[in-house]
Amino acid sequence: MVQVDSGTLLFAAIFTNNILLTNFLGLCPFLAISREIRSALGLGVAVVFVMTCTAVLNYLAYYYVLLPMGLDHFRYIVFIIIIAAFVQLVEMTVERFFPALYYILGIFLPLITVNCAILGASLFMIIREYTLVQSMAYGAGSGIGWMIAIIAVGAIREKVQKSAKLPKGLEGPALTLIITGIMALAFTAFSGMIQIQ
Amino acid sequence: MPKPLSGSQIVLQGLWNDNPVLRQILGICSTLAVTNLLVNTLVMNAGLVFTVTMSSLTVSILRNYTPMRIRMMAQTLIIASYVIIVDIAIGAYLPDISEALGPYVGLIITNCIVMGRCEAFAMKNRPWASFLDGLAMSLGYAAVLLIIAVIREPLGFGTLLGYRIMPEGFTPWTIMIMAPGAFFTLGLFAWFVRAKFPQTAEEKKQGH
Repeated sequence: MVQVDSGTLLFAAIFTNNILLTNFLGLCPFLAISREIRSALGLGVAVVFVMTCTAVLNYLAYYYVLLPMGLDHFRYIVFIIIIAAFVQLVEMTVERFFPALYYILGIFLPLITVNCAILGASLFMIIREYTLVQSMAYGAGSGIGWMIAIIAVGAIREKVQKSAKLPKGLEGPALTLIITGIMALAFTAFSGMIQIQ
Repeated sequence: MPKPLSGSQIVLQGLWNDNPVLRQILGICSTLAVTNLLVNTLVMNAGLVFTVTMSSLTVSILRNYTPMRIRMMAQTLIIASYVIIVDIAIGAYLPDISEALGPYVGLIITNCIVMGRCEAFAMKNRPWASFLDGLAMSLGYAAVLLIIAVIREPLGFGTLLGYRIMPEGFTPWTIMIMAPGAFFTLGLFAWFVRAKFPQTAEEKKQGH
C-alpha cells in the first residue's frame, strides 16, 4: 500500500474517502436520524468517539490475538462482539458519571452497534494494512467525515421540510438519497488531492 | 395477535408490498456499494439471500430456547456464522470477485435487513414461515439492487456482465460508476415507485 502519514490519512478519511459518501457505509441510521441538526449532531459525536476507540481495540485484537492463533476468519464475530461490548460499557459509564450527557446521547448509543460504518472502518483498516497510529487516524477521520455528512444533510432536510412543496412520493428517503448524491458529487472535488486505497 | 399469514402472502409481502429497499429503505449500506458491476451484485446478493434465509430459519428454530435478554447477541452470532461461511466460500471459488467486494461481504452482518427480519418475523413465527419470509424479503431486496446494477453498469462502462451493449461511439458516464450515481439511481427509483404505487398510509398522506 501507499505509505501516508497519519495526518494525511485523517484528512483523506474525512474528505477524499468519506466513509458515507464514497463507501456507502452507515446509511440506515443516516436516513433515519438526519431529520434535524440536533439529533444528527448527537449521533455524530457518539459515532466519532466509538469509531476511534473500536478501531484501536479491533486492531489490538486482530494483530495480537487472532493472527498469532490463526483465527483470522473469526474476525467478524470478534469485531462485532468488541463493538457491542464497548458500546455497552460506554453507555453504562456515561449514564453513571455524566447524566447530562447521557440525556443527550443516551438513545443513540444502542443504535451504534449495528451501524455498518463502525464495523466497516475496522475491516478497511485490516484490508489496507494500517499501523496502529494510522488505524486511529483512520477511525477518527471516518467518524468526523460521517458526522459532517449527517449534520449537513440534517440541515438541508430541515430547511426543505419547512419551505418547499414537494412532489408526491419524493418526501423522505427518496429526497434524502438525492440530496446525498449531490453532496457526494461535491465531495468528489476533493478526490484528486490524496489517493488512499 | 393477527392471523398467521399464508405462504403466498408472505412471499408477496417480501417481494413487493413491504419491499425492504423501496418501502422501508433498510439495509442498503453494504450492498449499494457493489452495484456498479452486475456480476459483483449477483454474487453479493446470492450471499445475502443465503444469510438472511438461513439466519431467519435458525433464529426461528431456536426462538423458544433463546432468553429474551440476550436475544440480540444470539442473533448477531448466528448471522455472523453464516456470513463467515459465505465469505470463505466466495474467497475459495471466486477469488477475483472476493477481492473486488473487499470488506463488503463481512458487512452483511450489520446489514439492517438481516437483523430486522430475525427480530420482526423469525422471533415470532414457525420455522417454515420464517424461511419463506427470509427468502422473499432478501429476493425482493436483491431484485431492486439488480435493477440498479443493470442501470449503472451500461451507463458507466457501456457493458453488461462484461459484454459491450452500448454502441461504439458511446461515452461512458463516469459519474454512474462513482458513488453519486448510486445515490441518484436509488433515489429516483424509490421516488418513482412511491409516487406511482403509494402503499402505506404515510405515503398516501404525502400526496399533496
